[in-house]
Amino acid sequence: MLLIIVPVIALTLIFARRYRADNKDAVYDPDWHHSTQLEVVIWTAPLLIIIALGAITWLATHTLDPYRPLTRIDGEQALPADAKHLDIQVVALDWKWLFFYPELGIASVNELAAPVDVPVSFKITSATVMNSFFIPALAGQVYAMAGMQTQLHAVINEEGVYNGFSANYSGSGFSRMNFAFHGMSQEGFDQWVAKVKREGKNLDRAAFMWLEKPSEQAPVQYFATVENGLYDAVLNMCVAPGKMCMSEMHHIDAMGGAGTESHENRERLQYDNHRAEHGDEASGATFPASGRPPRSGDVQPEGMKPDAVAPEANQPQSEPDAHQGHGVPGSPDTPAPAQLNDKPN
Amino acid sequence: MTAHPGTADTAAKIVPQDVPAHASAGGTEAPVFYETKEHHAESSTMLGFWIYLMSDALIFAVLFATYGVLGRNYAAGPSPADLFDLPLIALNTALLLFSSITYGVAMLEVEKRRMGLTLFWLGVTGLFGLGFLGIELYEFHHLIEQGAGPQRSAFLSAFFALVGTHGLHVTFGIIWLVTLMFQLPKRGFIPENRRRLLCLGMFWHFLDVIWIGVFTFVYLMGVLLA
Amino acid sequence: MFSDPDVQQFIFGRLTWEAIPYHDPILLMTFVAVALGGIALLGAVTYFGKWGYLWNEWFTSVDHKKIGIMYGILAIVMLLRGFADAIMMLTQKAIAFGPNEGYLPPHHFDQVFTAHGVIMIFFFAMPLVTAVMNFVMPLQIGARDVAFPFLNNFSFWMTAGGAAITMLSLFVGEFARTGWLAYPPLSGAAYSPGVGVDYYIWGLQVAGVGTTLSGINLIATIVKMRAPGMTMMKLPVFTWTTLCTNILIVAAFPVLTATLTLLTLDRYVGTHFFTNDLGGNPMMYINLIWIWGHPEVYILILPAFGIFSEVVSTFCGKRLFGYASMVYATVVITILSYLVWLHHFFTMGSGASVNAFFGITTMIISIPTGAKIFNWLFTMYRGRIRYEVPMLWTIGFMVTFVIGGMTGVLLAVPPADFVLHNGLFLIAHFHNVIIGGVVFGLMAGINYWWPKAFGYKLDHFWGATSFWFWLTGFYFTFMPMYVLGLMGVTRRLNHFDDPSLQIWFMISTFGACLIALGIATFIIQMVVSFMRRHELRDVTGDPWQGRTLEWSTSSPPPDYNFAFTPVIHDLDAWWDMKRRGHSRPTEGYRPIHMPKNTSTGIFLSGLSTVLAFALIWYIWWLAAASFIGLLVVAIAHTFNYKRDFYIPAEEVMRSENRRNQALAAE
Repeated sequence: MLLIIVPVIALTLIFARRYRADNKDAVYDPDWHHSTQLEVVIWTAPLLIIIALGAITWLATHTLDPYRPLTRIDGEQALPADAKHLDIQVVALDWKWLFFYPELGIASVNELAAPVDVPVSFKITSATVMNSFFIPALAGQVYAMAGMQTQLHAVINEEGVYNGFSANYSGSGFSRMNFAFHGMSQEGFDQWVAKVKREGKNLDRAAFMWLEKPSEQAPVQYFATVENGLYDAVLNMCVAPGKMCMSEMHHIDAMGGAGTESHENRERLQYDNHRAEHGDEASGATFPASGRPPRSGDVQPEGMKPDAVAPEANQPQSEPDAHQGHGVPGSPDTPAPAQLNDKPN
Repeated sequence: MTAHPGTADTAAKIVPQDVPAHASAGGTEAPVFYETKEHHAESSTMLGFWIYLMSDALIFAVLFATYGVLGRNYAAGPSPADLFDLPLIALNTALLLFSSITYGVAMLEVEKRRMGLTLFWLGVTGLFGLGFLGIELYEFHHLIEQGAGPQRSAFLSAFFALVGTHGLHVTFGIIWLVTLMFQLPKRGFIPENRRRLLCLGMFWHFLDVIWIGVFTFVYLMGVLLA
Repeated sequence: MFSDPDVQQFIFGRLTWEAIPYHDPILLMTFVAVALGGIALLGAVTYFGKWGYLWNEWFTSVDHKKIGIMYGILAIVMLLRGFADAIMMLTQKAIAFGPNEGYLPPHHFDQVFTAHGVIMIFFFAMPLVTAVMNFVMPLQIGARDVAFPFLNNFSFWMTAGGAAITMLSLFVGEFARTGWLAYPPLSGAAYSPGVGVDYYIWGLQVAGVGTTLSGINLIATIVKMRAPGMTMMKLPVFTWTTLCTNILIVAAFPVLTATLTLLTLDRYVGTHFFTNDLGGNPMMYINLIWIWGHPEVYILILPAFGIFSEVVSTFCGKRLFGYASMVYATVVITILSYLVWLHHFFTMGSGASVNAFFGITTMIISIPTGAKIFNWLFTMYRGRIRYEVPMLWTIGFMVTFVIGGMTGVLLAVPPADFVLHNGLFLIAHFHNVIIGGVVFGLMAGINYWWPKAFGYKLDHFWGATSFWFWLTGFYFTFMPMYVLGLMGVTRRLNHFDDPSLQIWFMISTFGACLIALGIATFIIQMVVSFMRRHELRDVTGDPWQGRTLEWSTSSPPPDYNFAFTPVIHDLDAWWDMKRRGHSRPTEGYRPIHMPKNTSTGIFLSGLSTVLAFALIWYIWWLAAASFIGLLVVAIAHTFNYKRDFYIPAEEVMRSENRRNQALAAE
């Protein structure tokens, strides 16, 4: 591209100087306005560059497609056919990241670790608005969207601690939605897993529902055990008791719907308003959850949508740190009925 | 393609001269450069209204596309086959199509400058339009009563948005029609009124075309392909 | 005020005293300043007894020239607001490192960047582009007004109404905290329950009506009202770009209107178009909004291309190189602009083939754009370049824009975009093309056509000063952002932990201060020129040795533009007339048929603004009342059949004779 840009800038400046009005030596040809040869050149030269660039783009886009499993570990070595993979499931919450390690049965908040030279396959979703999962040192970003799963295949080649964050604005806690990504040796990673198992708590549905409440600058948390099928329930937006999973809804819809006598399904599928119902509306969370004092304007002064928000919406719920990560503190709900725990298809 | 001469009367006065390299139509003595007779640009109303209709068609295109994307997202609720009453909608469609015919008849009467009959056929058109709206409102009411309102599922949201937007257009068409039925007898068949009738006619037939799309795409395909 | 909460809620909806941010010192000071300024302005108008003049000669005017100037004033006022937002954002970013939280908490910062984007695109760039199109295009095609003069007035007031709604959010309630495109589900009722998004929606809807109608109007004008002999391939290039831009407007803005309506239904009625639950699909919003959004950037840039084409050929004293290829390039860009929208979200997971397709279509746009750059370049070749201010902006554009074009092609490569998306590299890229392209073009246009609008040239010194401040300010502000973007810094952050980034943000903020000086000197330029208007007066109507028809009439042009409609024989019609010795008839004037002024537009827009305010605050009785008011005023307007009049031949003769005498005295 510089092939075009540099000559254009140079010619602009040269012509601008050479053909200035007070340079009477320069040729003045007011009627010269067409040259077929020149026109052919100015259309074909960029065309040829774009053809070349387009071919590269097509190939590169397919080679570097985040959905495509890796075939190389790095520039030099190809991936052996029997190489082991690490699966990690990523959930964007308000305003923190939850990582499940399904093969290891553990989970962590705002801290991600992977051994070097082991391909990682990320499955990404969100339990709230759209975010974008991005670790610049590792790979490109991919959106995290509720009720949907995106994918990313990547590998880290050097040990170190890298910065990860959300790259898509998601509300007031967005600026501090960061996490550390640790590229570790295999032993280091094993030790890290052991530490998670040693220090971690249990992550079940009730604990998740506490965790997903809006909070800023959430501390790193470990979970040694994870309730079976929790990630799938998060992905299908049916963690809360009594909710219908998206996969079940899709199945019913594909069969032609549930008929007119299906009013109760509406209640079971409502998801977006649960936060408002529980009195922790997102924007007001700045004060209690971050531990920073409220600033003028931090609490919502304007009218709320009528009936949508409980009056205590902006009140501190309780001391947040006392609850996070503990089993089921204060959770008013009973666990979901067994049939809802089924793994979605 | 740069070689088109000017309009016929000006081009006639142009004689080739020591043509500058680029000039395609030069003249030995200066050609006519100013129009000294009365110059009236032709009316742009029909073109402008046509462009407006195209922009409106795009709004409907978005709504159709939305319905295309969301139309099968029943949210474990009712589907078109559960909800739509095809005979009723067929009657509705007939009303709207007949109203287009009666509008055409009214325009024929305009050509013959017969005020009474023009007003009569415009009135019939308006009544057909009202009938269409009445049935649509009944249908909406019936759906909402069954718990199949626009909040029930994305499919129903898209359905109410598409059909409701069409219905709003018909409502404004009727308001416009009534306004014209006051203006016609007051001013007679003056050019302004005839132009307005033409515009309303385009609008009315346009809504017919949209409705045919709605009937086919939403109702027929919804029920028959379920 | 009312003890019964139900009564209060009925009367005021959700509007309470809490909505007035009297506890926020920044907003309070702004409000005091705005209020004092407003009172001073209104007082001055009253003191000098100018209300009648303003109302009769400007507010109700259907003259495309005056409407164009009003669009320009609106745009420049909104530029100041949008730029204040920019400075606030950058200073926050420059200081908020580590323990320092800066002075803008997220609640405030998030509104600021949303408002900056919305205002700069919808209420600065769009009105200014419309201003130039409205003023210049009818003159360039030898018309006496636009096709629908009343609609033109109405469109302007709707745009102003949208701007008023957006500005009101500063002092009553809050603005959206969602980013300038308000992606759901964040902008939905569940995640943004306040009035911010409603302000956003209704501000854009009211302005959008104006924009769409203005687009229809200008297309009809170009198609139907060209002077005799002006075939499509003899249209001035600026008129061509105006035509393409307005086609884009008419084909894109309905999509925005429909999309925002669906979002409105989600928020007001509880539908499920873009919700996470019950079958809604937020990705559809992102597709729809960019189907509007990508053409939108070409809506802004095409007229700028047209301005540069006029400026280059005028100040080089030379016919534009490759007129036909310039026209084809414009048309190709118009069509291609609809085939690239997905490049705004390669990271959504559409799959490699889809991404590659849209990446390549995006790159293809650079071919006609490149052809245009070469055409301007070869227009300069063997020219006699006079370095008046518009030409400075043009050279600045040509150098700056190609850098933006290059980074744009880079972003169009999906694997690169996966890393650069949503980052400061992207921010730098689009400011590079919007400032380096659109703003430079509009500044060139203002300096170029100012003498036509007001009868005197703008001061050269202050104009050149403004140019150099803008140019250096641009590079200082956005080159650091390219660097930061390559380092993986994302946008819309109001706090950083890594102290090594701070220096780049400080350079950037310094650059923004230079741009502030650029804006200040631009305003000084206008003031100084007004004071020196007798020195700078141009009597000929053709101060730059122009080539197109607008330079054939007096400056400022009479209400009727042309006493005799010009007849066109060649491209660059006025140049052709001059070189072949035209002579303007000095007698035989005829009465000229003109449209009458009307106040309907301003009333309709006022009622729409009230309607929007009532809907934002859930004041249902007021919404119903203003809606009925809208219907009544609109219908009443159709009962008025006397919409035109004739300027008597004697009056035309008097004003033309004045000009002839002035020309003879030169």
